[in-house]
Amino acid sequence: MTDAANVRATLRAFILNDLIRDPDYPLADDEGIITGGLMDSFALAEFGVFVEKTYGVYIPDPDLTVARMDSLNLMVARVLRDL
Amino acid sequence: MMYTLLDAAVLRGGSAPVIHYVETDRPPVTVTADEFCAAVEATAAALYALGVRPRDLVVLAYTQNLESIFAFWGALRLGAIPSMFPTLTEKLDPDIYMRSMAELVRLSGVRAVLTTDAFAPRLAAVVGCDVFSSQALADAAAHGVPAPVYTPQPDEIAFLQHSSGTTGLQKGVALSHGAVLNQLDSYRDAVALDMHDVIVSWLPLYHDMGLIAGFMMPLTLGVPLVLMSPFDWVAHPALLLRAIHEYRGTLCWLPNFAYNHMARRIRQRDSDGLDLGSLRMVINCSEPVHDTSHRLFVERFAANGITLDQLKVSYAMAENTFAVTQTPVDQPARFDIVARAPLERERRAVPVAADDADAVVKVSCGPPIRGTSVRVLDADGQPLPERHVGELAVLSDCMLTGYYQRPDLNPFTPDGWYRTGDMGYMADGEVYIIGRIKDLIINAGKNVYPQDIEAIVNTVDGVRAGRAAAFGVYDEREGTELIAVVAEVATDEPDAQRQIAQRIKHTVAAQSTVTVSYVSLVDSQWLIKTSSGKINRAANRDKWLAERSAR
Repeated sequence: MTDAANVRATLRAFILNDLIRDPDYPLADDEGIITGGLMDSFALAEFGVFVEKTYGVYIPDPDLTVARMDSLNLMVARVLRDL
Repeated sequence: MMYTLLDAAVLRGGSAPVIHYVETDRPPVTVTADEFCAAVEATAAALYALGVRPRDLVVLAYTQNLESIFAFWGALRLGAIPSMFPTLTEKLDPDIYMRSMAELVRLSGVRAVLTTDAFAPRLAAVVGCDVFSSQALADAAAHGVPAPVYTPQPDEIAFLQHSSGTTGLQKGVALSHGAVLNQLDSYRDAVALDMHDVIVSWLPLYHDMGLIAGFMMPLTLGVPLVLMSPFDWVAHPALLLRAIHEYRGTLCWLPNFAYNHMARRIRQRDSDGLDLGSLRMVINCSEPVHDTSHRLFVERFAANGITLDQLKVSYAMAENTFAVTQTPVDQPARFDIVARAPLERERRAVPVAADDADAVVKVSCGPPIRGTSVRVLDADGQPLPERHVGELAVLSDCMLTGYYQRPDLNPFTPDGWYRTGDMGYMADGEVYIIGRIKDLIINAGKNVYPQDIEAIVNTVDGVRAGRAAAFGVYDEREGTELIAVVAEVATDEPDAQRQIAQRIKHTVAAQSTVTVSYVSLVDSQWLIKTSSGKINRAANRDKWLAERSAR
């Protein structure tokens, strides 16, 4: 798997298992996780911790916003930018 | 001597900072008392020019910011009755939000809603009262004359705190100037507040803890306040700790989930080097207190100067303005180690040794504050002795006047006590909370009525109307109750079920302030009903938990 595919698979598993708590949920890549009501904005902070622990990527607070991190696509792109 | 809130310290002016408003992506804004007074006068003048008069009800529906603060005090200064409201968020369905606002306006006789420029035109089209945007207020202030001096009476209603829940269940807790000042006077002593204190808060101002402890108290008594938006804090929890470090914060109020949230979701490098040793008290309030959450917090932030001694507890409710009890300043929150079986079966708190297999740890909420008495009542309203569990009732000099424009709801017993709906017991003069009489869910400090969630779920395509139960499930990781829904559906086809579950989550998120964590779809045999055919939430919750742990 490429880096991108790896990151996507890891982040998808994180969102389903840790944030949504539903491993079978059919999450679309561009689905609004927070605006769609799957999670509240606690998820942003949780995502920041996970990404730092898993990839050593530190996303500063001003980037951890609903507008910038609402979907799997946005999260993957942000991690790949600094990986 | 203060007789009404218009005698508040902040309204006396001066060059001292009264509010530091901090945000993640902007420099902090500091407001002095003189600037505060000027902004409040301008808002009062604008409201007067726009036709608002003393005793008019004014709803404030802003994102939490300085503007909403000036609007609240401006309305108070004019003699109107302000009430803070939750704002429209990204996830909420605007139509549902506006419909519920329109209902509130109709039922409570709201004179005007104050809101943002972006939202005002749409809201104005729906609600049956004036809607004033930020721009309209600014324009009116520019051309207005000072609002006439208003001298309230101490027993007059100062403001409303609206309870949560949809329109039918929502109540405007009406508080008089005198009640609020009595609460602040007693609570100041309970936390030994003095002029060297600095209060730091991320709490929403439409909730009693944020409105009273994290807003009215500092401004009225003249203690500096460091404030931020709850939306900013939830996504960026280190913001609070940075503010405590930066401004040498001494007091902070938090609901239980916040201890878990910060311990688990603040990155090490964001807390490294922050000194939290200035804190005198961190007060856990608004949802059941868990010892494990306190310990998690101490463990995570010990290096920053947090110790168990700083962690205190308060039991509070809007109907008593705010605090009913408070852990004393000179002691940590007490623990009561009691046996689980008699607590559940006989409703008695029987002390046992800490290593007893049946031991359960209860955290004390402290003794009642001065001016407030607490009783434990049995089902017939008769007082119970110590260590017997019953409904808590409160009598004080800081209670609500009543529910605004709801003469049908009498909150008091014939002898003047307020029955809280909370179950608990007293031991050595301190109050311990066990749970609720009704099936209320407390999710991240918010009171959530299961019937509100069920009403939403019942509208979801695929769910058999009237065949859903919502309940709270305590989550050790989050330190709060998560929301579970069990709904009856006609299909057992996995794809169809998945779509229904997805619709339930989406619809509840769009129509309420919470998200559903668990959805279980069941057949027509599953749900347990009472003898009168109603869905029994507690029994369904027990069944759901049993099935889950059996998996």
